[in-house]
Amino acid sequence: MSQAVATGRTTTQEFSTWRRLRGWVGNPWGKPRFLVVITWTYIVWSIAPVLVAIQFSFNDSRSLTVWHGFTTKWYTSTSPAINSVFHDPGLRGALQQSMKLAFLDVVIATPIGVLLALGLARWRGRGSGGANFLMLFPLVTPEIVMGVSLLLLFSHLLTVVPFGTPAQVLGHVTFSISYVVVIVRGRLFSIGRSYEEAAADLGAAPAVALYRVLFPLLLPAIVASAAIVFAISIDDFVISQWLSNGANTTTVPMTIYNATRATPQPSTDGIATVIMVITLAAVIGGVLVFRFFTRGEGGRGSAIDDVAGFGI
Amino acid sequence: MYPRWLWPAFALPGVVWLLILFVLPFYAVVGVAFGSVDPILLTAVPAWNPAQWNFGWVTQVLTELQPGGIYWDVFVRTLEYVLLSLAGCVLIGYPVAYYISRHASRTKSLLLILLVLPFWISYLMRMLAWINLLSPGGYAERFLSATHINDLLFHLGVVSDPNNYLGGESFTVIIALIYGYIPYFILPLYASLDRIDRSHLEAARDLGASPWRAFLHVTLPLSRTGLLGGAVLIVLPMFGDYYTPNIVSGAPTTSMIGNQIDLYFHGGPQPTIGAAITILLSLFLVLLMGYYMWTIHRASRDLPA
Repeated sequence: MSQAVATGRTTTQEFSTWRRLRGWVGNPWGKPRFLVVITWTYIVWSIAPVLVAIQFSFNDSRSLTVWHGFTTKWYTSTSPAINSVFHDPGLRGALQQSMKLAFLDVVIATPIGVLLALGLARWRGRGSGGANFLMLFPLVTPEIVMGVSLLLLFSHLLTVVPFGTPAQVLGHVTFSISYVVVIVRGRLFSIGRSYEEAAADLGAAPAVALYRVLFPLLLPAIVASAAIVFAISIDDFVISQWLSNGANTTTVPMTIYNATRATPQPSTDGIATVIMVITLAAVIGGVLVFRFFTRGEGGRGSAIDDVAGFGI
Repeated sequence: MYPRWLWPAFALPGVVWLLILFVLPFYAVVGVAFGSVDPILLTAVPAWNPAQWNFGWVTQVLTELQPGGIYWDVFVRTLEYVLLSLAGCVLIGYPVAYYISRHASRTKSLLLILLVLPFWISYLMRMLAWINLLSPGGYAERFLSATHINDLLFHLGVVSDPNNYLGGESFTVIIALIYGYIPYFILPLYASLDRIDRSHLEAARDLGASPWRAFLHVTLPLSRTGLLGGAVLIVLPMFGDYYTPNIVSGAPTTSMIGNQIDLYFHGGPQPTIGAAITILLSLFLVLLMGYYMWTIHRASRDLPA
């Protein structure tokens, strides 16, 4: 400020820059540019921290705050002094456990969810209202409540289920089913019943109409929901933690959590980066498959709807 | 064309799954909370028969929930954190959702992808990222020091130690909660703003409303369901959050209800009290949810046919 006052020229320059900026932001005839500024600031704020975390997974030092140059040792080093993502037994085990749970979750939750979606969309009888209502609850129940209740279930009522992978898989499937139902049911409503009716009119038996007509039409939604189940399972921390059974059933989010409570290291950023890449690959794969199967169906704006729909 | 039993049969496995692994677990919580504690082993002895329920633990928690009790502060703090985070999400999220739905034309697809991106990055990674940034010497910490914003925050009383953001600051926890949950708020809000028919706005403008008045009397009321939906979507999980405060603070001075539950199960195990708190929290959230459904129901009833 005092510098600006010292020379008149600087003041004028600063003033005019300021005025131009103000004019650009507050121009009442153009786009509301202050909204542009807020939006892009938000976007940068929401993503930049993650980029910094990725950057420090390549840091040639133990520091997570000062940059010492590029290295991939936190991923690939076999030295026992460095707990690299792919060679440290703890980190590797966490990656394997996360992948195992996500895979089993997809394999179990997707078929159950697809069948439930079909049933709930078309079953009009006693109990259907209650079932529809029940399906919504896992979506809004805080994870800690589900964690506590499943923990107490497996320790007092269903004691045959051991903690660790079996309990974790059951927990993951329980919160995943509803996502599958929501996605598949949306698709069911948008395709309607006319294709199946046409098939029946042409003489198709119910089983044929289901398998040859409805199933292919539902396939994009099934693939999309499988991708989403995979992603939410990999992302889950609470259920995995509450139902785990010590170190050998630790997942990646649990590893990150434990590290943040002690001393996070570049390899912590590294394992988070690996899991992020895997999740993004699954989701992008899901979107691409969805787009491939539904090509030529929608018109303008369908891409946007897909993208928005993928955030649930 | 299909046999009548087909659709209920399709629904059966899913319904049975949810009954056993979603409904039955609540009965387990009730049994433990209304049960007793083994005097020697200090483990929970659940009571499955309602006739044998012991309401002592729930009553005890309820007593401590009154002003002056040990849970009162935690409850008030949780409420404070959730409401402030919700306010932050509205203040940041509304302009963003509004801009993307209304004004972004060429950049809309790109912005939507960037908006959805945080959904697919692990919540824990996004918290870890802030540990990197806010640790002493981290980019954000250095930025705040260099710009003297840290002094400003200190003098405003927002932070108690301007050089240690991760040592139990409510401010950090609230910022982390906003950062963590805002994507879930923006998306439903965006969807409801995007559905608004522009002709309503044009009509308001043609009838002489200023842009501001048109926003206030047309856009805002029409986006109410999106606002409420987004709010419910983030408020419910925030009430059960314990990991966010644990990660960015870890101090008892910032503990929320979730931390209290976590402590009774993972700290010094007293699952009976933990279960009692869980039941009360669930009841509170059911009431919130009921209020939301009632509002939505009323809103849809008021709409002209």
